Amino acid sequence: MKQQIVISGIGGQGVLFATRVIAEAAMEEGLPVLTSETHGMAMRGGTVISHVKAGPFQSPLIRPGQADVGLFLHGGNLELHRPFIREGGSLFVNRPGPAADGGIDAAKLAADFGHPVIANLVLIGHAVGRGALFCGADTLRAVLRRISPPEQLEINRKGFEIGFGFEG
Amino acid sequence: MNRSERILMGNEAIGRGLVENDCRIAASYPGTPASEILASVADFAAETGASIHTEWSVNEKAAYEVALAASYTGKRAAVSMKQVGLNVAADPVTRSTYLGTKGGLVLIVADDPGPHSSQTEQDSRLFALFAKLPVLDPSSPREAKDMTGEAFRLSEKYELPVMLRPTTRVCHARQNVACGDPERKDVRSRFERNIPRWVATPAFLPELHRRLNEKLDRIAEEEAFYPRLVSRGGEESRRAVAASGVVFAHAAEILENGGFSGKTDLYQVRLPYPLNRKFIGDLRKRYQEVLVLEETDGVIEMQIGSDFVEGRNTGHVPRLGELTPEIVEKILREFLGVPGEAPSAGQGKGKRPSLCPGCGHRAAFFAIRETFPKGIFPSDIGCYTLGMNFGAVDTCHCMGACISQGAGFYHAFAQDGPGFPSIVVTIGDSTFFHAGIPPLINAVSQGARFIVVILDNGTTAMTGHQPTPALGIRSDGSRGAAVPIPELVRAAGVRFLRECDPYDVERMEGILKEADRYVRSAEGGVAVVIAKHPCIVGREARKGQPAYRMSVTEECIGCKACIEDFECGALVFDPDADRVRIDGTLCIGCAVCVHACPVGAITAEGEDR
Repeated sequence: MKQQIVISGIGGQGVLFATRVIAEAAMEEGLPVLTSETHGMAMRGGTVISHVKAGPFQSPLIRPGQADVGLFLHGGNLELHRPFIREGGSLFVNRPGPAADGGIDAAKLAADFGHPVIANLVLIGHAVGRGALFCGADTLRAVLRRISPPEQLEINRKGFEIGFGFEG
Repeated sequence: MNRSERILMGNEAIGRGLVENDCRIAASYPGTPASEILASVADFAAETGASIHTEWSVNEKAAYEVALAASYTGKRAAVSMKQVGLNVAADPVTRSTYLGTKGGLVLIVADDPGPHSSQTEQDSRLFALFAKLPVLDPSSPREAKDMTGEAFRLSEKYELPVMLRPTTRVCHARQNVACGDPERKDVRSRFERNIPRWVATPAFLPELHRRLNEKLDRIAEEEAFYPRLVSRGGEESRRAVAASGVVFAHAAEILENGGFSGKTDLYQVRLPYPLNRKFIGDLRKRYQEVLVLEETDGVIEMQIGSDFVEGRNTGHVPRLGELTPEIVEKILREFLGVPGEAPSAGQGKGKRPSLCPGCGHRAAFFAIRETFPKGIFPSDIGCYTLGMNFGAVDTCHCMGACISQGAGFYHAFAQDGPGFPSIVVTIGDSTFFHAGIPPLINAVSQGARFIVVILDNGTTAMTGHQPTPALGIRSDGSRGAAVPIPELVRAAGVRFLRECDPYDVERMEGILKEADRYVRSAEGGVAVVIAKHPCIVGREARKGQPAYRMSVTEECIGCKACIEDFECGALVFDPDADRVRIDGTLCIGCAVCVHACPVGAITAEGEDR
């Protein structure tokens, strides 16, 4: 199994946590994993991107045109980061309005639940629900149980389930 | 799933490697991309029960000197910093190769090709060559961890500090890494007086230099560091690629693919300096064409000789910048004659970073710019560099430079007559401790006249909230002695000192006007204003301040002055309504923006904690 995933957003949206969740899921499945993250000043609300490579890879970076999946927490990054996605790759975008072509208003779903910060897990849940990720829902649930701080676990779990069950 | 494995960031893997290899003293000053190393040492020490002194030193020079002296006692020590931090530590580092070490000493310097988060993209391997310091170049988090042990062993074998040089893409990669138990040697500290070595007046240096050269000659003959032949291009391949660091990882992955396999021999250079001497000879004997891939300058290339190899210096590889996998693919296609095109990355810049909603720095910058519309604003390195987005930062150079720049501007303008411009310098609290104090003493003693605003948010925010000396909290969370900023300022000879909370914009503007009058008065000099408001990224800080319910009334004329002059992410222009609205998910209710609306359309209500 080999899969390359790009997670794109702006600082503060939880791109790093989303990266960690997917990387831990790879390890849970027994796959080697490499990621690359954006740290530093960009984290203050600027454009950030993470790469996740599950399976036998050596480089932490994904080349343009090679990513199997794109998770976009900020639709405004599409122009910049869409070229990473290969032809036929799947795209999941947090954007307002009715769901279409992989779009989901993850921010609103998270805010309606009372926790805007979990839009990242709503988006991951949605991608898992569509069968786009290398792992199933039970793997993700096990990871969230393992790595969530106790007071955050129920919120994270619910965020994932909102996205997982989303039909739009 | 292998239970001994964990997913570690490159910097955490280095921290883990230090703990597993009996490092006893670790010092650092935070800076992207190196910041997480020291914190990991403290965390893993606590987890495994290893006894390690960890410290956030005041700057990189102090950090290196602390670790160096610890090594004199026979214990293993490490110091970590970003590449420009090495410039600050350059003085003790260059001399330490002559004098050498006792216990293993590993100097971890994180380079930032690109650069992504730095003021230069200098190659620390080139500095290692200059300082005569062996340097290891890891290609992954796993290898970075392994190399900490190798670096300690090499350092102890030759009594020489050894540099470990990861780059951003190793520091901020994560990988599943095997973790073991710490090795414990129970070394007891011992210091033997040795004047020719530890005092080493000039008379002793020629002999020390001769021995240093000998050590480097022997390291260049170490078989363990003969570059690894990782893949072959057939029995009689006359072409080779030699690569180091993460660029090696990019190249290895690309060369596995269909069109590339079997086209070239590929070597991984793990010790770029001193480069294995036999390897240089073998390359020249065995191959017709050799390509060197490395970041950021041609260090391996220079040692092999640019007459023979293709690389950065010959122009076959771009002479600057990060070598991303798509660039590496393009270079390899040309070198190996593999047809096809590497797809290119997306165009555009993305969203620029901005001070957080509610940040006290924004309030301070607003007050400064309102008070001195024609001022000159030297600034420095930290979150607050983002003041440039709304015209409150005119210069940014290197840690602490802003205060000297303030003095330099003053002396240049003062020559032209008495009507010199108002110069308002902004410097963060951590930057002030790091490199701001000597320039402040200098400015005062040389009679400069300008205002220094110390933006005191009580932390090193940009790099992940490491404590400053003012807090009296050490890297492991234990209590240390607090060093208050006002006492330092007064001791530097400053005669005008005021403190304020920048959220109170009117009061701060009043203090700035008073400071300007002092600066221009007969007995005037340097005025210091400490603008103190805790970083609101911390939840505790936010709990401790009122949160107002903010709204924009129908009075809003859609002039966007608040967005352009104040740049708060929670103020959003709504084109349908043709006016500004508040984004409730981002706003923390600080109410400072009330001052930013020229028609008074932003209102604050109640106090909703």
